[in-house]
Amino acid sequence: MADLTSTFLGIKSPNPFWLASAPPTDKAYNVERAFQAGWGGVVWKTLGEAGPPVVNVNGPRYGAIWGADRRLLGLNNIELITDRPLEVNLREIKEVKRKWPDRAMIVSLMVPCEEQAWKAILPLVEETGADGIELNCGCPHGMSERGMGSAVGQAPDLIEAITRWCKQTTRMPVIVKLTPNITDIRGPARAAKKGGADAVSLINTVSSITSVNLDNFSPEPSIDGKGSHGGYCGPAVKPIALNMVAEIARDPETHGLPISGIGGVTTWRDAAEFLALGAGNVQVCTAAMTYGFKIVQEMISGLSQYLDEKDMALSDLIGRATPNVTDWQYLNLNYVTKARIDQDACIKCGRCYAACEDTSHQAITMSPDRVFEVQDDECVACNLCVNVCPVEGCITMEQMEAGAVDPRTGVTVSDDYANWTTHPNNPAARSAAE
Amino acid sequence: MTNSPFTPGIAPARLDPATLAENFSDLHAPLDAHEALVAADRCYFCHDAPCITACPTSIDIPLFIRQIATGTPEAAAKTIFDQNILGGMCARVCPTETLCEEACVREAAEGKPVEIGRLQRFATDTLMEQGIHPFTRAAATGKRVAVVGAGPAGLACAHRLALHGHDVTIYDAKPKGGGLNEYGIAYYKSVGNFAKAEVDWLLEIGGITMETGKALGRDITLDGLRAEFDAVFLGMGLGGVNALRATGEDRSGVRDAVDFIADLRQSSDLAALPVGRNVVVIGGGMTAIDAAVQSKLLGAESVTVLYRRGRDAMPASRYEQDLAASKGVRFVFNAMPVAILGNGAVTGVRVEYTRSEGRSLVGTGETFDIPADQVLKAIGQTLDGAPDGLDITGGKIAVNGPGRTTLKGIWAGGDCASGGEDLTVTAVAEGRDAAEDIHSSLMG
Repeated sequence: MADLTSTFLGIKSPNPFWLASAPPTDKAYNVERAFQAGWGGVVWKTLGEAGPPVVNVNGPRYGAIWGADRRLLGLNNIELITDRPLEVNLREIKEVKRKWPDRAMIVSLMVPCEEQAWKAILPLVEETGADGIELNCGCPHGMSERGMGSAVGQAPDLIEAITRWCKQTTRMPVIVKLTPNITDIRGPARAAKKGGADAVSLINTVSSITSVNLDNFSPEPSIDGKGSHGGYCGPAVKPIALNMVAEIARDPETHGLPISGIGGVTTWRDAAEFLALGAGNVQVCTAAMTYGFKIVQEMISGLSQYLDEKDMALSDLIGRATPNVTDWQYLNLNYVTKARIDQDACIKCGRCYAACEDTSHQAITMSPDRVFEVQDDECVACNLCVNVCPVEGCITMEQMEAGAVDPRTGVTVSDDYANWTTHPNNPAARSAAE
Repeated sequence: MTNSPFTPGIAPARLDPATLAENFSDLHAPLDAHEALVAADRCYFCHDAPCITACPTSIDIPLFIRQIATGTPEAAAKTIFDQNILGGMCARVCPTETLCEEACVREAAEGKPVEIGRLQRFATDTLMEQGIHPFTRAAATGKRVAVVGAGPAGLACAHRLALHGHDVTIYDAKPKGGGLNEYGIAYYKSVGNFAKAEVDWLLEIGGITMETGKALGRDITLDGLRAEFDAVFLGMGLGGVNALRATGEDRSGVRDAVDFIADLRQSSDLAALPVGRNVVVIGGGMTAIDAAVQSKLLGAESVTVLYRRGRDAMPASRYEQDLAASKGVRFVFNAMPVAILGNGAVTGVRVEYTRSEGRSLVGTGETFDIPADQVLKAIGQTLDGAPDGLDITGGKIAVNGPGRTTLKGIWAGGDCASGGEDLTVTAVAEGRDAAEDIHSSLMG
């Protein structure tokens, strides 16, 4: 069993799997069940300022999209921050942390964007003995209409300001949770770093409408015939999150800033991918809300087995893939591949043919007895046939050896690396050469 | 209950009514809505799909499954009925394991095809249960066509002709329409009087007059029909049965399997149906299997299917053989009856093993006796009373192209016509295609 002990901002947890700030971490009862199941830490559901708590809608809070057999692929919510009194949450945080000292206890916070508001709540949190705080600059619904959540996360100067206020006030490590509802995630991340953040966590949920009721024409979830955009999460958002994590990890201005990866982590494999792209740990919500807390046991055994098989320590995995994320312009244009169909594995469904013939490059032929073959002189190696083939491993992309002639282009394959920056068709490359 | 499986002779009520009801319930329960979605999701939506090619009526299977998957089973049903107006019955009785589901790429991939038959039933049941007939007749053409036989071929032909605006009269010798769907299909494949309901639904197209109790050669003649109508379609099936050519065939307790099945299908009280304690079924087709399984389900103590060739040569599919075996039917292969034993009533069957010699089968000389109170003959049906003037080939009315006989203005299809397997779905295809040809010929 590989050692999964995780240290993030100096905060120790028995594994890198934390529950994200969300409904599963809204009270002691749930959090204790999570710890009993094996979760390494939690980010307590966002606390607001003292006084009357927020209220939630009394109709549905969640919408969803499903795959086959109603497998939940994406979840959307319009729930606000905790609607329980501040003092109740603080008391429970303190009790749970005392009872579970080996687990990470982070407290998510969202108060009005005023220095006094932030400085007022921090001592109260500190008093609980929590290990750190996470500034909720991400929620895209409800609270953002009141100038909080993603309204802050979309304004780098505000991120920087609240981060600085917090860093000035508390000894606790400060994690800034970022919204993906922006054009370039690097801006908010840089602002957090400039404000003194110890880490960023991302992504929060994506603004979304999951579906429209075609009988009453209300967006879902429907509250009395009306709907409001919610925050989208679950497996469907993972690719968006992975890219944003990688963008921050490889940005020279934020490189080295610890990242807590969030967004559609459902299995150990998803978690490993976030870690490889530079996340120091991961936070999970939708998978737990879908299947219950027990899933962490699969995550623990899976990641452990993987690390053992690769003979890697957890720290070896973190950031292992980051250097391989690059800009398009640096991709090797001399890397030539062709699709290859394993005729023994082929079940003759013809989806590769339909995809290529109808929508791509007419590079697959079909014989009367349903044998499908790649025409190398037409194949641009787009990979669509691989992606639509229902049989894993049946179609693969095989690299052409250096010295061979690509029948499509008539060009001899070179093993030299060459990219767009030096390509003759690139006007910039031409002018540089002149 | 007065009797049991061990009661000697041929006796009714060998099982209690609850067991009988259970035995003759739906062989495959209908899919519920969620099951249908899960089953539909397994379809890969193949390009130029092999299942379509394998379907004698060329139903666009990937399209109808996608229509189910996207919550429009009514549209799926329309896709099915466009090609096969008896898609409801075919969903129940097609040997899908040798047709669409055998061709399914998931059969090749994992030995588990998409459940096309059950999905087809889900779609067609959905629409039919709503009482919707999704076709409207074209403007009346004034042309009149006679259809002989209200089985699958005749019904499919009549519906397509009516759709094109022709007036159709169907004649059938039996008191009810439906042909083998009504009289010849195993009970548990068509529960709830579905055959009758399907005929009623089909006739909602309008323009079709049903004349039952009218047999060709007895009540009507081909010449009379030719004189009265603009075209004639013959789809009367195979009315005769082959003889056993074994001594003692006339003993009491020996009967044709098709009659046994017809009695069963028309019965309103399964407990009233007599069945032997020991039943021997002779033959290797679907009729033999249906008769054997149903004998067992009625409470026969032992049921043996006797087939003169090996298992692989058996016309009934392996799936059907396994179904029979699972109900307790015993198969004896490479064996033929040489004598029906008994004195008045049958007491057994003397059987001789066979072997192939060139293209023919010969007895090996080794015999054994199987006890029997009832012997059901299922050794094939024959064309009975074909009108004069039609060419006959291989015992059937010779047709070429879309059901054209050698007489002008006369078409034929289904089991009575040459070519094609004797399946419901094949008969539907032949009837439909003949109708299109009749339409072209009448309007051309």
